[in-house]
Amino acid sequence: MTTATNTPEDQGFRLSQLIYDTRYRSITIQVIAMLAFMLIAAFLIRNTIINLSALGKDIDFGFLFNRAAYDINQQIIPYTSDDPHWRATLVGLLNTLLIAVLGCILATIIGVIAGVLRLSKNWLTARIMTFYVESFRNIPVLLWILAFMAVLSEALPAPRAFRGDDPAASMWLWDSVAVTNRGTYIPAPVWGDGSVFVVITFLLSLLGIWAFGKFSQRRFEATGQILPNFWIKLAIFFVPSILVYFVMGRPITLSYPELKGFNFGGGLHMRNSMLALWLALSFYTGSFIAEIVRSGILAISKGQTEAAFALGLRPSRTMNLVILPQALRVIIPPLISQYLNLTKNSSLALAVGYMDLRSTLGGTTLNTTGRELECMLLMMAIYLVVSLLISSGMNVYNKSVRLKER
Amino acid sequence: MSNTNSLSYVRKEMLEQQPAPRSQVGFTRWVRENLFSGWFNSILTIVSIFVIYKILAGTLPWLFGGVWDATSLDQCRTILNERFGNTHYACWAVLTERWNQLLYGFYPESQYWRANLAFVLMLASLAPVLFDKVPRKMLYLTMAFPFLMVWLVWGGPIWGVTSVAVGFLLGGVAFKVVDRYGSMALSAIAAVAVAVIWWLFIGPSVVEGLNAVAPIGHLEEVQSRDLGGFMICVIIGISGIALSLPIGIVLALGRQSDLFIVKTICVGFIEFIRGVPLITLLFTASLLLNYFLPPGTTFDLTLRVIIMVTLFSSAYMAEVIRGGLAALPKGQYEAADALGLDYWKAQRLIIMPQALKISIPGIVNTFIGLFKDTTLVMFIGIYDMLGLSNAIRANAAWNGIYWELFIFIGGVFWICCFAMSQYSQWLERKLRTDHR
Repeated sequence: MTTATNTPEDQGFRLSQLIYDTRYRSITIQVIAMLAFMLIAAFLIRNTIINLSALGKDIDFGFLFNRAAYDINQQIIPYTSDDPHWRATLVGLLNTLLIAVLGCILATIIGVIAGVLRLSKNWLTARIMTFYVESFRNIPVLLWILAFMAVLSEALPAPRAFRGDDPAASMWLWDSVAVTNRGTYIPAPVWGDGSVFVVITFLLSLLGIWAFGKFSQRRFEATGQILPNFWIKLAIFFVPSILVYFVMGRPITLSYPELKGFNFGGGLHMRNSMLALWLALSFYTGSFIAEIVRSGILAISKGQTEAAFALGLRPSRTMNLVILPQALRVIIPPLISQYLNLTKNSSLALAVGYMDLRSTLGGTTLNTTGRELECMLLMMAIYLVVSLLISSGMNVYNKSVRLKER
Repeated sequence: MSNTNSLSYVRKEMLEQQPAPRSQVGFTRWVRENLFSGWFNSILTIVSIFVIYKILAGTLPWLFGGVWDATSLDQCRTILNERFGNTHYACWAVLTERWNQLLYGFYPESQYWRANLAFVLMLASLAPVLFDKVPRKMLYLTMAFPFLMVWLVWGGPIWGVTSVAVGFLLGGVAFKVVDRYGSMALSAIAAVAVAVIWWLFIGPSVVEGLNAVAPIGHLEEVQSRDLGGFMICVIIGISGIALSLPIGIVLALGRQSDLFIVKTICVGFIEFIRGVPLITLLFTASLLLNYFLPPGTTFDLTLRVIIMVTLFSSAYMAEVIRGGLAALPKGQYEAADALGLDYWKAQRLIIMPQALKISIPGIVNTFIGLFKDTTLVMFIGIYDMLGLSNAIRANAAWNGIYWELFIFIGGVFWICCFAMSQYSQWLERKLRTDHR
């Protein structure tokens, strides 16, 4: 009893305690790690400085304000070759974001449909979806991008096939969409006088839908009565905007693509590079999302459905109130990383010549200014910020649907 | 209550067993249940059959009516015109004509045996890692394989790679020796010190001497730029896979660690790598690495790519393994502590075996992703299969040939990746020890 509790004689601090005593060892390890990290960083920075000075270069981001002097074939904001490099970078970044947003939307739609159909009782449909998922998941996305590009540029009719009295090709959807090997032309909206009111009304009605949802929820909690939410929301979505549209004298019109000479004019021109990248990324990521959705649905035990039925819930309410909230919790985190992957994979635009961030800042700007270090650092920083923004934004949503535990 | 006599009829004998109704057995029942169980299901079935018919009718004649023997696309088309009157058929001749190029890139033709031997050795050294029924003795081959591969593929005298291997060997011996007297950290330091001293100071002069005295095993040297095709995919893929797992484990442990500085460094590294596309890292490897290294250092491009691909997938690997570590019940950590195991013993004996088992699917998915990402090297001037397909198309003889090459390349990747995912499922089933 006495010997066990006796503390060892205090011999003061010995050097060996730095390694053997757990109280001090962690400090030793951290100091060593810090020193090693700083040594490596110093080594790299010193090398960079020496190499740069040997080449007569410096680190200077001033080139961003010089004239870019190259054209970008797809611009969301106005841009000419007289604009500075930073604006070219911005145009590229917007193109990257455009493909990322479009891709995420389409990939989610494809993925959810494929994932649900893969679980379908229909044997044939389930097999087809398995085939789709396995073939897209196991083949590099770069190959898919090149393959989609080859389909679009080789298998589609040239614009001149649309000419003549008996054309070899014809436009789709009542002569409004022209699918050619130079890109797809779709009707573009033309914003006339007063169209701003229609847009404002539309945005207000979105706000109205949100407010109505809140109101309906509160009413339900107070009285227990359920309003026909879906139909009312649908009405709020369409009716005010359409009313204002007609009151203002139909200010928004569509410009249809038309064959002019050897090419199409008018309408919105979607380049093949963009379409190929968009479709390939969506189908590729869609196959991963399909698996995520499938595993999410399978993760909810059958007892949940049966319990909901036993409580007398209709199948649609079972889905909305019982299955989906639980499945989403499983689905959201891997879905976020798929969205991130899609955004990062959009840098493969290089393969088809889509002018994204990598092609403007990391491509033409880098080559014409010769500032590899600055361009690469800036490009990595932008990608990093975009990734972090997406993941933090989705994490907020994830938190809101997470299981509330005590 | 009820009286049998009051009933008009009571069956006294058993009925003969009847066969089930036609619609409830065999194929008919299966079709009814799986294909036409309701109106929605029936529509799905009909749509599916239509889709399958369309796809097969479009591709099967194209696939099987193809030409296997021609030297250019024009010749292919001439043959097809003679045979069918149109050219809506595949021209597989591009594969037969460019077969070697697709597999080996620009590797010298007289040296193909080396690539083949390396590939066979790779399969042999993978066998004991993948299947535990294979004799354990073969693990020695696995350990020797990296050096053999470098020697076989790049050529040159045998002593250079031998010296590198000897460095590892001496390090291992030093570890064993010091481990008998000191702690884990000390022996690790000793091992690294001995190996580095050998590599930097003793090894080079020994290699020089041996090259002069005994110039045996000298293979014709092959430059990195001559590697290509499927071969470069396998080299980069297998090196990345082998290296990214241990680095990923270390990073995951660092991220889970209580040590603030270690944790910060690991988190920063992982988040940085995961936040940028692989292609920017590859461009860094090809454009910027010369800035970061001492002046005058030349660095083999293939090696740079392997390093970058490894770093990239080790960050993903770290996240996968972190998931496995987090999924482990806290009691396992506490039990290891209660047994008096130190950190490394606890990790090696208790935590890692379970955490790695949980994360097998994620680990293999990362491997598959890495293998698919090897196609990206096409952008920095390495001729992998996709790069070669562009090069082949640039040749006048094969200008305009897409699908045959894409289908071949896709098929190769599909087989490799599908095999990996099947293996991971098999391994998961084999290692499942919980109660069912």
